[in-house]
Amino acid sequence: MFEKTGVATREMVMTKFPSVERINKGPVAVVECYQKIPCNPCQTACPFGAISIGEDINNIPERDEGVCTGCGMCVAKCPGLSIMIVDGSKSAETVEFRIPYEFLPLPEAGEEVIGLDRAGRPICDAKVIRVMNPPSFDRTPVITLEVAREYLYDFRNFRRK
Amino acid sequence: MREVELLIIGSGPAGLCAAISAAESGARVLILERTFKPGGQLIKQTHMFFGSESQYASHRGVDIAGILMKKVEEFGDKIEIMLNATAVGFYEDNVVTVLKDEKEYFKIKAESIICATGAFEKSLAFPNNDLPGIYGAGAVQTLMNVYGVQPGNRVLMVGAGNIGVIVSYQLMQAGIEVAAVLDAAPRIGAYLVHASKLARMGVPILTSHTVKEAIGTDCLEAAVVCEVDDKFRPIPGTEKRYDVDVLCISVGLSPLNELLAMRGVEMKYVPQLSGSVPMRTENCETSIPGIFVAGDASGIEEASSAMAEGYLAGLCAAAKLGHVPADFEQRRQEYLKQLDGLRSGPVGDRIRAGMSVSRL
Repeated sequence: MFEKTGVATREMVMTKFPSVERINKGPVAVVECYQKIPCNPCQTACPFGAISIGEDINNIPERDEGVCTGCGMCVAKCPGLSIMIVDGSKSAETVEFRIPYEFLPLPEAGEEVIGLDRAGRPICDAKVIRVMNPPSFDRTPVITLEVAREYLYDFRNFRRK
Repeated sequence: MREVELLIIGSGPAGLCAAISAAESGARVLILERTFKPGGQLIKQTHMFFGSESQYASHRGVDIAGILMKKVEEFGDKIEIMLNATAVGFYEDNVVTVLKDEKEYFKIKAESIICATGAFEKSLAFPNNDLPGIYGAGAVQTLMNVYGVQPGNRVLMVGAGNIGVIVSYQLMQAGIEVAAVLDAAPRIGAYLVHASKLARMGVPILTSHTVKEAIGTDCLEAAVVCEVDDKFRPIPGTEKRYDVDVLCISVGLSPLNELLAMRGVEMKYVPQLSGSVPMRTENCETSIPGIFVAGDASGIEEASSAMAEGYLAGLCAAAKLGHVPADFEQRRQEYLKQLDGLRSGPVGDRIRAGMSVSRL
């Protein structure tokens, strides 16, 4: 199905998510890269060596949830925009997501937006917490959003109201 | 008649890397570029590239053109770029005829030549496919990303390969609606991370679909699409109409290398490389000594491999001219290793199969 629509199934998504215990401890990267393609900037971007691809540049990246600090250096570096950061340490009811977003105009902190799933369907409300767009991100801004915890495995994008 | 040491035809990723590599070895290079700006397709690419650091992965294509041009300028005494200059003929005595600024016509004779002419877009036959508003994906990118001109308001993209999904994403970044992306193949051809970017913006990707006809009087008003079966035959009763003012055709590329065929190098039709390609050695040299090929002109691949091939061809062409750097073999092995890496995975299966039958 994924190869027909570009929409990953729940089972596929679950293989990329760290444990809930890890998510509740603090920010951690979810690397949604499912296909062997010749690409490795995530590995070089990680200052902690938490993402490994190995000798063959076609390997699928593996993120070590024990080593990953959720710093987010990989998010704006992935050419496929396949990486996001999840953080469940802030509250029991919500999760914070950090996702790449390359559309103008950018949202503003505090803005209420519509949360979308992997097929672009509206699923929830989301609140913009922070907008990061430093020169080092090279025009791939990273947006931090707060989303109700029940959408942890479904939320993947947003659109402005 | 002007005489040059190394003539490179085309200033895309392969041509620029070939020039840098050859100049580094000490060769004097003239590059012919048929448009007003060097960089080839790179200058239209606003997305980040795949690959490894050696091919500037994670940089945007347009910025890679800048990085390469900066290197070219560092070799200002060795590399000259002639813009608005189209190579139109290539003769037995290594004379290339050039049309410059669409008025001057002259000859250049070269000791060695690297053909880095890239590719051209394939077309698709359906009723009314000549209506204004029906573009190749390359034209849409040129209008949008080179000239800043909006090609229309609502687009139907035909082709879910890398170019189709990337151009769709760029259209959305420009504020243009993409109604859907369709492809006759049963699976998405693009890297799936690119497809997922579109999917989560709510753009449907319709595999096993094709265009049945375009509708419009003076310009495109709508397109009718239908499903196809596993033999690509339209399935009656599955027609859907999309009211769009742009139909963007992105059904693949073919190598552009008629100059090499005219010169008489040994050519072969290789479907895995998307067309007729020159037979060549591991060092990118064709069946005629001193004539090299690099990039999409030798078979359709990604820009990352075009750059690695360009560096390899430039190094080997210069060496053949007598400019052999001390680390020649080390560098040659390094470029070959990069190419092996880029072609080694499952998406490289086709390329490897094509390479194995086009090797001299």
